[in-house]
Amino acid sequence: MSQTELDAKLLEVNLGPQHPSTHGVFRMNVTLDGETIVKLKPVVGYLHRNHEQIGERATYIASFPFTDRLDYFCAMSNNFGLALAIEKLGGIAVSERGEYLRVIMAELTRLLNHAAVTGFLLNDMGAFGTPLLYAFREREKILDLFEAASGSRMMCNYVRPGGVRQDVPPGWLDQARRLVEEFPRFLDEFEALLTENEIIRQRTQRVGILPKELAVNASATGPLLRGSGVNYDIRKVDGYSIYPRFSFKVPLGTVGDVYDRYYVRILEMRESLKILQQALKEINDASPAISPKGLALVKAPRTFRPPKGEAYGRIEAPKGELGFYLVSDGTPQPYRYHIRAPSFINLTILEDMCLGQKVADAIIILGSIDIVMGEVDR
Amino acid sequence: MTILGVGVLKGLGVTLKTFLETYPWGRVLLRAVGIPSANGLVTIQYPDERQQHSERFRYFPFLVYDKTPDDLRCVSCKICEQECPPACIHIVGPAKDEQGRPLKAHGRTYPVKFDIDMAICMSCRICVDVCPFDAIEMDNQYEFASPDRFGRLVFDKQQLLKSAEYFKQIKPSEAAEVDARLAAKQAKTAPPAKPAVPPNPSSA
Amino acid sequence: MLPPLEEIKTTLEQLLPGVTLAVEGIALLVDAKDLTAVCRCLKDNERFGLDYLADLTAVDYPPDRMDAVYHLYSMAQRHGPLTLKVKLPRTNPVVASVTPIWRGAEFQEREAYDLYGVAFEGHPDLRRILMWEGFEGHPMRKDYVVEDQDA
Repeated sequence: MSQTELDAKLLEVNLGPQHPSTHGVFRMNVTLDGETIVKLKPVVGYLHRNHEQIGERATYIASFPFTDRLDYFCAMSNNFGLALAIEKLGGIAVSERGEYLRVIMAELTRLLNHAAVTGFLLNDMGAFGTPLLYAFREREKILDLFEAASGSRMMCNYVRPGGVRQDVPPGWLDQARRLVEEFPRFLDEFEALLTENEIIRQRTQRVGILPKELAVNASATGPLLRGSGVNYDIRKVDGYSIYPRFSFKVPLGTVGDVYDRYYVRILEMRESLKILQQALKEINDASPAISPKGLALVKAPRTFRPPKGEAYGRIEAPKGELGFYLVSDGTPQPYRYHIRAPSFINLTILEDMCLGQKVADAIIILGSIDIVMGEVDR
Repeated sequence: MTILGVGVLKGLGVTLKTFLETYPWGRVLLRAVGIPSANGLVTIQYPDERQQHSERFRYFPFLVYDKTPDDLRCVSCKICEQECPPACIHIVGPAKDEQGRPLKAHGRTYPVKFDIDMAICMSCRICVDVCPFDAIEMDNQYEFASPDRFGRLVFDKQQLLKSAEYFKQIKPSEAAEVDARLAAKQAKTAPPAKPAVPPNPSSA
Repeated sequence: MLPPLEEIKTTLEQLLPGVTLAVEGIALLVDAKDLTAVCRCLKDNERFGLDYLADLTAVDYPPDRMDAVYHLYSMAQRHGPLTLKVKLPRTNPVVASVTPIWRGAEFQEREAYDLYGVAFEGHPDLRRILMWEGFEGHPMRKDYVVEDQDA
């Protein structure tokens, strides 16, 4: 057969940019041989708003509300990441209670993100609505907690260098304890619905396998990396904030397929609950929610002029390593403000996972990476 | 070796339980067979019912006045305008007379114009954090639909003014904090002897 | 643990004859021509084992300097970061791509190319990623003029 005849069999299809399975405005330029994928090029940028340049024009504090809009599911952990980088740059001490509240918020964010993304993944697989709405029902309870603490359900803008902007209202911690107590019941139900379901196993096992070495080489992070069996959790490796005080495990997958990624997320939720239990037990009411230097920053953002230098601060966000690279030139605005977005970099490996698979598999492989376009496009 | 189909049946059990939980008779049935069940109805019928928001719930900012609308706390220092991340606040002021001396109402300078473009505002609460006079606070009204994209979403001073009473009503604990802070400030700065100080023209 | 910067510098210079490095702040300065050799050594040599490129970006210093910045970690040995910097001329900045060494650089190099105009030689698919094809200029450069500032 000649080359032209071969090519005539190939079909180029655009999946997206406006398709419910692409998690926002994301396009996959797919070349198909029958139903098998032979080439896949992700096309992003539809939501690009040059977040980094906005950050270079704004003061350090004024960037916080913009970070809420990066990964709009996980506003709290985005705030946390930027706060860590600024603390590193400006040498700001964090109050004890502030540390606990931040960790509690970050772990609640992980719960709601993993629950929701599992729902979305099932949605992509064709289990339309049911698991997603069960997850959203629980997410709503966590959002109520966020609203009570920060005043906003999703765009929290709550964590600040030195602690959190406001202390939580009275009775909030008890409400959180109640949620942590009840959440395992939802997880058990969720697992009864999904984990042993034969249809889901058939659909996800040995699909979209990501080998260990490739995952490391391609800078994959978060559940995508750990689903492939690489033991790398920044909460353990860097031990930032007060994570070393808590005992928790890092769940790992064995095969590195879609199912492993799903199951790693379920197990991570259980570990997050463990951290939350410990944090909610240990948190003490005596100290303020923010250190004096942090409070001064909240009141007067323009007085904060970090010394010349640079800092790279990173956290284990629900989607992977969220890093903030800040360069200061001694003015109230950062000279360079760069974000290492986990969703964006995890997409690098999408093509390799999809090659040789069917079109329908590409959708669930994308769903299992867990991307949010606000963060991919910035 | 598990029997094929058991996992699916187990999952269907969960959906059946959730279904039953949304009906009163279903909950009775579930309890009768020994399954604990709570009210599974979580949605509300929006315009007829409204969600209860927590006290801190914030939407757009408003300006606080103390007793009469011309007694607003804002002194037109423009800090919020400068710090607003999306730059949605526009202030003209402080008000001046023909000689360029600042005009005062109730012993304070005041803005001539104070506009907030609600189409741009992202409800971040930074203006409240930075205001040294507690003059701007967050409202919890969220129904601002307008058929006009530009004109009607720019709120001017008159639309933004709301009383301290209103603030106390929507956010009692925050208002109490603010009042305590303002009282402490007044006790520190106000000279006890002469209450009415004539406006002091700026030193030449 | 990763040895201190000075030690990394001398070790690398011993391992790679002809390569000279410098230390600036918390970063190791690498010449553009030595980048591939240095990166290969950092990744493959057991002493460093930096198998994970966490972050790659550029920083613009008008009028004549442009930096490419790399943050490296090791997933196997759990240490890092090592910050590498390559100083480039601002007009026509060209540096070797590290995508053949770390696949994770692929999209990040495309982003740096798109927003800063740094050309990565040897990149398999160097196109704009966030801006559209046919867009002129590089929006993250300090001298980029934003249209419709008051829109």
